[in-house]
Amino acid sequence: MGGWDRFVDTFFNAKVMEKYLPDILSGVVVTIELALLIVVSGLAAGLALALLRSLGVRPLNWLIVFVVDLFRSLPPLVIIVLMYFGLPYAGPSPSGFVSTWLSLALVLMAFSEEIFWAGITSIPRGQWEASRSTGLSYSQTLFNVILPQAFRLTIPPLTNRTIAITKGTALGTVVAVTEILGQASSAVSNSYNPSPLMMGAAAYIVLFLPVVVAARWIEAKFAWKR
Amino acid sequence: MIQTFFNPEIIVAAWPIVLSGLWNTILLSLIVVPLGLLGGLILALLASIHHPLVRWPLMAWVDFFRAFPPLVLLVLLFAGLPFAGLELGGFACVAIAFFLNTGAYYGEIFRAGIDSVPNGQVEAARSTGLGRLQAMRYVVLPQAVRNVLPDLLSNTLEVVKLTSLGSVVAVPELLYEARQAQSVTYNPTPIVMAAVIYFLILWPVVRLLSRLENRALAGRR
Repeated sequence: MGGWDRFVDTFFNAKVMEKYLPDILSGVVVTIELALLIVVSGLAAGLALALLRSLGVRPLNWLIVFVVDLFRSLPPLVIIVLMYFGLPYAGPSPSGFVSTWLSLALVLMAFSEEIFWAGITSIPRGQWEASRSTGLSYSQTLFNVILPQAFRLTIPPLTNRTIAITKGTALGTVVAVTEILGQASSAVSNSYNPSPLMMGAAAYIVLFLPVVVAARWIEAKFAWKR
Repeated sequence: MIQTFFNPEIIVAAWPIVLSGLWNTILLSLIVVPLGLLGGLILALLASIHHPLVRWPLMAWVDFFRAFPPLVLLVLLFAGLPFAGLELGGFACVAIAFFLNTGAYYGEIFRAGIDSVPNGQVEAARSTGLGRLQAMRYVVLPQAVRNVLPDLLSNTLEVVKLTSLGSVVAVPELLYEARQAQSVTYNPTPIVMAAVIYFLILWPVVRLLSRLENRALAGRR
């Protein structure tokens, strides 16, 4: 067997790939579930915090800023490990899936709150005053005047951050979540062949590359003209 | 609660272990940040050659690593390469993975910086007799870096946080040592210590960034 054949036989072994394809696919399903949960809950929580902050209650804002800073400073893996290995000592023992979901959702919440808040504050006060004086209520001003403009400004940084954090679903493998990387790793140790890892890598590319390309397009579309 | 998560005896016992982890995290950061910056600079300089044969493969390269989770890259190097007869050890794998992954991110930032310098500057520099590389080195890059300083800092923060992935491939950095201490003491205090250390070191950076970002976004309208 030549060098190339041996390489293909090792890293792209058809038999091994066929055997572990169902495992990898079930990992893909878990990764997608996890990713969707993180994006939806993280962004919703981030927007909610930014809106709360716009009410301007001093002590509440200090608390929000502290929480945001906390989850921006801590490495996501540290939060996941703390939740999975630490929390059970205090009572609740979240599963690996729940630990990963909550941890990454909190991180996305923190980053997106910052971005939403920056978007809201970038709209000049005069716009608030003008729309309030035309008879719009606080929430009407917020939802019909301020947020539509703020969103446009926030979309490029937001897509970047969301992708970077959602990729973190792979961290779940550290706390035994059966997502793609977890499935691939255990298949490698069962088959003593790296082909499942190559399948896993391919699965990530298939899942995330379209998102990255779409993000590039969105960024260009919403970019501010200089 | 305090006995469980902030146990004083365990803090004292675990302190030397956690401290050695902290030093390794600092050391690791001092290696991978310059590596990533170097990788990014190479990518951005290549991208400044506005030729489709260079630009498209480069864009594909960057998008590939933006789509590929760094942990998967790390595991691929650490668990995959030995099958090709190449055993690199956790530390080397982290260095390579970071060079590739964070290099792509730094590259995008540098590229945006270079694009932000008006073309007239290059033309003016070239007409004074500076060579192409000299114009880049003395005129474009200094301005480019200044324009994207907040983004560079923000990415560096992410890189330092990312060094915690080293724990997965047994690099004895802060998180790894904390988990070792936790499994010996059957107590989560060492992990809490690690979290507190990360927070105390990185919080000032986050504060600074938050100010810079707010100013940048507000100034853009």
